Amino acid sequence: MGRRPKPITLAAVLFFLAAAIAPLFIPSWATLVALILAKSIVVLGIILLLQAGQVSFGHAMFFACGAYAAAFWGKYVGGGDILLYLLLGAVSSTVFGLIVGLFVVRYREIFFGMLNLAFSMVLWSLLEKMFSYTNGADGIRVARPHLLGMAFTPETFQYVVLYVSLLIAIVAFLGVQRYLDSPLGHMLRAIKSNETRLEYLGTSARRVLLVGYVFSAFLGGIGGALVAIIQQIATPEFGFWTKSGEFVFIAILGGGAHAFGAFAGAAMFEAVRFYAAAHLANAWQLILGVVLIVIILYAPGGLIGLRQRGKRAKQGAQ
Amino acid sequence: MNSTLAILAVLDGISYAALVFLVSVGLSLIFGVLRIVNVAHGSFYAFGAYLAATFSFAVAPLSPWLTYPALLAAAIVIGVVCGGLIERFLLRPVYGRDDVLQLLITFAVFMIMDNLQRLIWGVQPIFAAEPLKLLPNISVFGVTYTSYQVVLLPCVAVLTLIGLRYFLRHSLAGAVILAVTEDREAATAIGIDARRVYLVTFMIGASLAALGGALALPTTSLVPGMGTDMIVLSFAVAATAGLGQIEGAAVTALMIGLARAFIIYIQPEFEVLVPYLIMVLVLLVRPYGLFGATQLRKI
Amino acid sequence: MMAKVLLSAKGIEIRFGGVIAADGIDLDVYEGENLAIIGPNGAGKTTFLNVSTGYLRPQAGSVSFLGRDITAQLPRTVTRLGIARAFQIPQLFLDQTVMENMLIAAASLNGHPSGFRALSGLPQVSEMTRLLDLVGVGQFAGRKARELPEGQRKLVDIALALALKPRLLLMDEPTSGVASSEKFGIMDILTRALAREKVTSVFVEHDMDVVERYANRVAVWSMGKIQKIGTPVQVLADPKVREHVIGI
Repeated sequence: MGRRPKPITLAAVLFFLAAAIAPLFIPSWATLVALILAKSIVVLGIILLLQAGQVSFGHAMFFACGAYAAAFWGKYVGGGDILLYLLLGAVSSTVFGLIVGLFVVRYREIFFGMLNLAFSMVLWSLLEKMFSYTNGADGIRVARPHLLGMAFTPETFQYVVLYVSLLIAIVAFLGVQRYLDSPLGHMLRAIKSNETRLEYLGTSARRVLLVGYVFSAFLGGIGGALVAIIQQIATPEFGFWTKSGEFVFIAILGGGAHAFGAFAGAAMFEAVRFYAAAHLANAWQLILGVVLIVIILYAPGGLIGLRQRGKRAKQGAQ
Repeated sequence: MNSTLAILAVLDGISYAALVFLVSVGLSLIFGVLRIVNVAHGSFYAFGAYLAATFSFAVAPLSPWLTYPALLAAAIVIGVVCGGLIERFLLRPVYGRDDVLQLLITFAVFMIMDNLQRLIWGVQPIFAAEPLKLLPNISVFGVTYTSYQVVLLPCVAVLTLIGLRYFLRHSLAGAVILAVTEDREAATAIGIDARRVYLVTFMIGASLAALGGALALPTTSLVPGMGTDMIVLSFAVAATAGLGQIEGAAVTALMIGLARAFIIYIQPEFEVLVPYLIMVLVLLVRPYGLFGATQLRKI
Repeated sequence: MMAKVLLSAKGIEIRFGGVIAADGIDLDVYEGENLAIIGPNGAGKTTFLNVSTGYLRPQAGSVSFLGRDITAQLPRTVTRLGIARAFQIPQLFLDQTVMENMLIAAASLNGHPSGFRALSGLPQVSEMTRLLDLVGVGQFAGRKARELPEGQRKLVDIALALALKPRLLLMDEPTSGVASSEKFGIMDILTRALAREKVTSVFVEHDMDVVERYANRVAVWSMGKIQKIGTPVQVLADPKVREHVIGI
């Protein structure tokens, strides 16, 4: 990764500004942008693990964990607050991430991926079938929570949720970048390039990966809680393998090498889905599939890779 | 649980395992040779079933017995045509690239096929039980069951297993496939067209999955989610056996099929949980699967 | 006064299938010495380094460091006890810069690497710069490791091991890949630095000129056994050694 190319910082700033301002002019975008931001946070976790050269095909389990933590509180205790839901989502997924992580960090590559998938499907099957607790496939509705004691009308609420999501997304983005610049972040990348050497420097690769894994689970849970609040529901589908695939898809779409790829990818994914669903209601999946194939065949660095290739081509021409 | 239920569970398990085996062994074969996890594998299963339905409805008025060749034809069309096109135009360009990218291509194929399935055949359940009704019922230890499910399906599964084993171990084509699997460069150096081997292998794998779907048609109603569920189930079976293990897939399919069947009678909420719980437990202890080779110690 | 024994291997036996990589190795490494290990390829020299760092577990025998048994320990534990290793093929983090490689080592030595403060802001930057200058690759600090040619990568690999402030440094062919005109220069700097930092070294070497000049003891490996051990003069004059090992 090396030095962060300045244009990406600029792109990130523009993106966050656009996310903050555009919905003020186009209210129907408020929920869409909030969803993009929430999903980006989860995908940041995927990108973290990608730095270590590992792909988790089960990250939906932390996403679902966060969503259901909020939903359970609403259902069994009542009186939700956005910040409380976020806290519940973060804590539950962090703990869950630590437990699962202790097992999965012993494995690499396809075994890491498979084991994560297996754990996530175990969680999914419990969410789907333990009807009496989870309401099964229909999921649990999440009533509009308060924020610091204040209640909001639906119109205002969508903006409240948007700006909370934006704030958290920015903090998460900066946090992940900070982490990747730190010694632990560099060690995480060292796992990908030369794990043996890292061990020979006296550091436990497993421990480094575990920290990264728990961090990514934490991000997944926060994203899940946010989505539950935004969509006002938590369903078992949040933990299904296709959801995990979606997160990996978004990471590669945006470009898995830089944290901003999470946002670029999520924006493109949700934008295509939104517009395809509006105009070609029955073919959005097909369109997204084609987009992914095109990106993989012709732009494997994702959207960010495209920009950097364009830059390099221009520099070469000069 | 009394003995009648137990026998019923065993028969359920065997017939279910036969179908799951057909799909899983195709997935395992594709991974073993091409080293690709085919996320779209369950879509071949679903398309095999749906196309079999279409063919069945077309030929049934002529003679209900024609539905059998219709099933087979559907499987071959999906496996050879769909599978062939996908391998040639979507997988071939990404060989040698990052594993994640190869997998995501098949994930994209899954998304496309899943959508096409709904566009072509709709979301209403489809029933086409002709082939099953044609065969008589059979009594096993006092329990009545359809011979389609407890005789035909397991027979097809066993024949497939024996056929694959014979093909791979004792035929020239099989030897060529094994050669490419073991060392692609060496095989290419002696004149083997590795690309054609990959194409044929992928077609075989896809056909097996489609055959599983076609044969499943008479036993169940076709619904939009069937492919999506089968993908992860067949992967669980294949991974638990050890990706690339042909015979192991049969054993594991049987094991998981029986476990699931029994759980349905004992504690139905855990039915879906069973395959994935088994997968977690096995992979934690033996990441290469029950039958996979353990890694040589690194020097 | 008897020199302290740092590393002690007793009765090490290892075989891989039919290959005997170690057939009863007994060796004591004394504090402050520069011990050279010579011998033909396949004699078991690298295997010995692997066993001494916990990468390989012997079928019989034991290794101890400063009196502590390290036979079944992991490489990272052995490293923390004070043994660092430089590899025959340089083992670096190729996608990161040379300085980042060094700082990862420094952070690792630290024991509690931060997940928050930037790597480039670590206080050890100046010390790592000094080490890189010491081995002569200071000007490449900002380059990605994969951009460096083999010879420079070797030197970075050694600097990386030195960054761990070890008591014992194990080097596998430190001058291979380095231009012969520069070999003595580098070994001069290295041995002086090792003496100053009080680091004991064991190095596998094929260049007999280097061995003669810089080792104070030489161990000759042959077919999994130590055939002879003594001063360079003694060992290199031995006719059997000359014939089988050096090939004269």
